[in-house]
Amino acid sequence: MKLFFIAWKNCWQKAGATTLSLLLLSFGVGIISMMLLLENQLSEKFDKNIKDIDFVLGAKGSPLQLILANVYHIDAPTGNIKVSEAQRIIKNPTIKEAIPLAYGDNYEGWRVVGTTPRYAEFYGVKLKEGKVFETPFDVTVGSYAAKELGLKLGQTFKSNHGLDKEGEVEEGHDQLFTVVGIYEASGTVIDRLILTPVESVWEVHDHGDHEESAHAGIISAEEHDAEATHAEHTDEHAAEEGHDHAEDEHAHEEDREVTAYLLIKRLPMAPMILPQLVKNTNMQLALPAIEINRLNENFGIGMSVVKAVAILIMIISFLSVFISLYNALRERQYELAILRTLGGRRIQLFILILLEGFFMVALGLIIGLVLSRVGITLLSDMAKDSFHDEFNAMIFLPQEYYLVGITLGLGVVASLLPALRAFFMDISKTLSND
Amino acid sequence: MAIIQTSNLTYTFSKGPNLIFPSFQAEENSELLILGNSGTGKTTLLHLLAGLRKPTSGEVEVNGVKLNSLNGASLDRFRGKNIGVVFQTSHFVQSLSVMDNILLAPYFSNNKVSKSDAEKMLDRLNILSKKNKKTSTLSVGEQQRVAIARALLNNPSLILADEPTSALDDENAREVLNLLREQTHALKAALLIVTHDNRLKDEVKQHIELTAPKL
Repeated sequence: MKLFFIAWKNCWQKAGATTLSLLLLSFGVGIISMMLLLENQLSEKFDKNIKDIDFVLGAKGSPLQLILANVYHIDAPTGNIKVSEAQRIIKNPTIKEAIPLAYGDNYEGWRVVGTTPRYAEFYGVKLKEGKVFETPFDVTVGSYAAKELGLKLGQTFKSNHGLDKEGEVEEGHDQLFTVVGIYEASGTVIDRLILTPVESVWEVHDHGDHEESAHAGIISAEEHDAEATHAEHTDEHAAEEGHDHAEDEHAHEEDREVTAYLLIKRLPMAPMILPQLVKNTNMQLALPAIEINRLNENFGIGMSVVKAVAILIMIISFLSVFISLYNALRERQYELAILRTLGGRRIQLFILILLEGFFMVALGLIIGLVLSRVGITLLSDMAKDSFHDEFNAMIFLPQEYYLVGITLGLGVVASLLPALRAFFMDISKTLSND
Repeated sequence: MAIIQTSNLTYTFSKGPNLIFPSFQAEENSELLILGNSGTGKTTLLHLLAGLRKPTSGEVEVNGVKLNSLNGASLDRFRGKNIGVVFQTSHFVQSLSVMDNILLAPYFSNNKVSKSDAEKMLDRLNILSKKNKKTSTLSVGEQQRVAIARALLNNPSLILADEPTSALDDENAREVLNLLREQTHALKAALLIVTHDNRLKDEVKQHIELTAPKL
């Protein structure tokens, strides 16, 4: 396999002279591969978490925000809804199941979500150790959250109000949450959540302060008067909702609030019936499948633009590989003529030039694939900070086999013409033109 | 038996002179100088003898094989095995070391030559210490020796040298000529030197003089 050896050596000899082509190629391959990895993992995450959730019932606002906040837990909630008001919808015969989600607190930036044990069951997430939360202030922690927070069974912690770990520290609660269980890793949102009975969230915000209704509407209250004092927004809420402090104690049941319900339909006519029931309330019904499709479409345009640019870079890089091989041939024709004089056949020179092109492209390809992994790792670190989520950089997608195949194929095509020129070279004329 | 024998060789360029070459033959251990000024077709004759170009008419026979009867790959391989060519300026595969460059000769002609044989050859030409160097780092004289080593490594029976000395000073020119002669005797080969270098005239007895073609 001496030809391999010569081509390999020549390829490195030329690598210096063809750094630009190589860089272009690496970037083209790198960007495309990164897009593929990202797209694949994002849609996998979306699909896995959407599972069989047909609707999300929540406060009015952006439906996409409602979905992102309650299905993927990456956006702020749109506000809260009253349990009493939601009954009409969740008890509707077209609905098979409704899973409540109540937001309000975080621990070190990880969301504490009030819900029922059904939530994790619904995603098929199993317990790794301990048990599922039963009584208020029990928590069962998702695997990733437990790992990152270093939470162990029996450990207790105080939650912070809101969703950001930095914000509102002064509003931290006194009640202690106790870790009673830890879930197994599942690749779903459960991994990065801390689950507790809905009652914990209610109690946290009932006890010790008299601003229950303002608090239960955590986000909406915060949003619409960020600068107002406590007293002010308590008054405002009391006024809005038409009852005063004295009645608080026995108004609990009626005033219970949650952030959203995840609904699973029983009957196919649910999408026709339910929107009517939501009309004229301050609730909305969002369809995850539709919202995510819309998101994908918008996101997809961006992805397509980036991919088009990457393909353009690759085309330019192939042209430059072609030009550099072609030019190098002119400088090396004497060298090739000598190989013929030494007994080399035309076909051997042809293969030699093809191999050189192939090696060069393969080199660019490998650098590109490594670059994309580095890129994904960096992105994953960012995602970890902002969403408590990560991307896997160490996978190889089936689509990437196409990328490899097409790139190597084009490399051969780019070196075909120079190789043919070497094949048809007139050695005597070349040697005479010295 | 003659190692090389030519008869009635002519070559006509499509837009150029009609070259008519004298017939000659060369035996084992013989040396022949082919002299001529530029334009007399020296290099063309060398290429015809090496089978790098086909004559318009006439025959070249090397070791009893008519080059005309060989085609494509078989001609390339025959040349690689039987004919060693030393060119005026040495060209090498830039990316390879001295050793790998001379090993190209046995590789492309499918000859079996061991690394130690190659080292012996480099040693005989006094360049063994340069075997791992890139050829571009060598002096012109050293490069010429590497070119000779490469031409001789296959133990060819015919050694063709195209102006091997014209780029060299007197001392190096004499040394290169001596090296070529020594190796020719060692291999029992025939040595043909094509040159306009008059310094070689006194050294080599047998001459053929090429004359300018009639237009």
